[in-house]
Amino acid sequence: MNEEKIWIQVLLLLGVAVVTVLLTRSTADARHQAVRRVLLALFALVTAAAILFPTILSRIAHTVGVNRGTDLLLYLLVIAFLSFIATTYRRMKGTDRRITELTRELALTEARLERAGLPTAHQEPDGAAHPGLASPPAAAGEQADASSSAEAAPEPPGPVQGPDAS
Amino acid sequence: MASFDDTWIVVPLYNEAAVIADVVADLHTTFAHVVCIDDGSTDASIEAAEGAGALVVRHATNLGQGAALQTGIDFVLAQTAARYLVTFDADGQHQVADAEAMVRKAREEDLAVVFGSRFLDERTKAGWAKRIVLKTAVWATNQTTGLRLTDAHNGLRVIRRDAAAGVSLKQNRMAHASEIVLQLGRTRLPWAEHPVHVLYTDYSKSKGQSLLNAVNILVDLVFR
Repeated sequence: MNEEKIWIQVLLLLGVAVVTVLLTRSTADARHQAVRRVLLALFALVTAAAILFPTILSRIAHTVGVNRGTDLLLYLLVIAFLSFIATTYRRMKGTDRRITELTRELALTEARLERAGLPTAHQEPDGAAHPGLASPPAAAGEQADASSSAEAAPEPPGPVQGPDAS
Repeated sequence: MASFDDTWIVVPLYNEAAVIADVVADLHTTFAHVVCIDDGSTDASIEAAEGAGALVVRHATNLGQGAALQTGIDFVLAQTAARYLVTFDADGQHQVADAEAMVRKAREEDLAVVFGSRFLDERTKAGWAKRIVLKTAVWATNQTTGLRLTDAHNGLRVIRRDAAAGVSLKQNRMAHASEIVLQLGRTRLPWAEHPVHVLYTDYSKSKGQSLLNAVNILVDLVFR
């Protein structure tokens, strides 16, 4: 075993250790995290073994019908990459759905506040207080939009607790 | 006017400042309640719609027409007592008279859903390319939904409250047009089609669906 080889081994081992620690610290729900940690430990051990005893990799490759250990690594990498794409795509879809729900909830809440807030802006405490058919659409149109949104945003408790009597 | 007090018009709105005021004003001649779902417009659409007297519900960011439609349905169900909701395009290609006739039809024939169709009569003048795109979309929609419609991607629909409760659109982009047919069909409530006139102005043509968009719709539907 010559000296150059030891250096690359140390570098690779350090890299594996850093990646393992980084991935272990990421948060998820307990079961998935446990599974991920076990897989990570396995990954760290196998990788460390492959770095320290490079011939092992080649021997494994030969037993599954692959010529070189590096070829075997490439194939495994392709599989890992594809599964990464798949899980990332699914996660992205989930994020999109959550953004949609969040945006919709925000839009509907704003509409509710604005409609409940109308009587305070138009000194008409009764009648238009209910969100529903009671609010005349003509009144919504007359209102200056800039002032209404500026009013509704900083003090949401106002319209919720009930329209101002003044 | 009074007979449409139980009807809310839902208009998904995205960057239509040039025409939305006229569309809303036109709707107000018959319908008292118009809500525009602004899908994060970057032009003066919101001001134009509010100026014309519509209620505007705002998406904080652009999500797509399907998402806007679902927000409109949620709004009508949660914050109004409406019996019918009408989906109506913001670009001015639909006729208010058609919407009026469709609500009357729903009421008189006790229908839960009335789909507008531009292919039931000869009023609508569509080019051959658009015809092929739309007919392909109809075919694909009929394959997946089990309903036999003559026009799939028509934004003019009347939906009764009980049918609207069965709609939960997941497709944010254009494939929602098929998804909504699928979900309305699943409610097993009575439905019908009604001939409508779709007006292709130069304005709506410049914004309409291209042939490439049909590919997107099909892919969206297949890889749900």
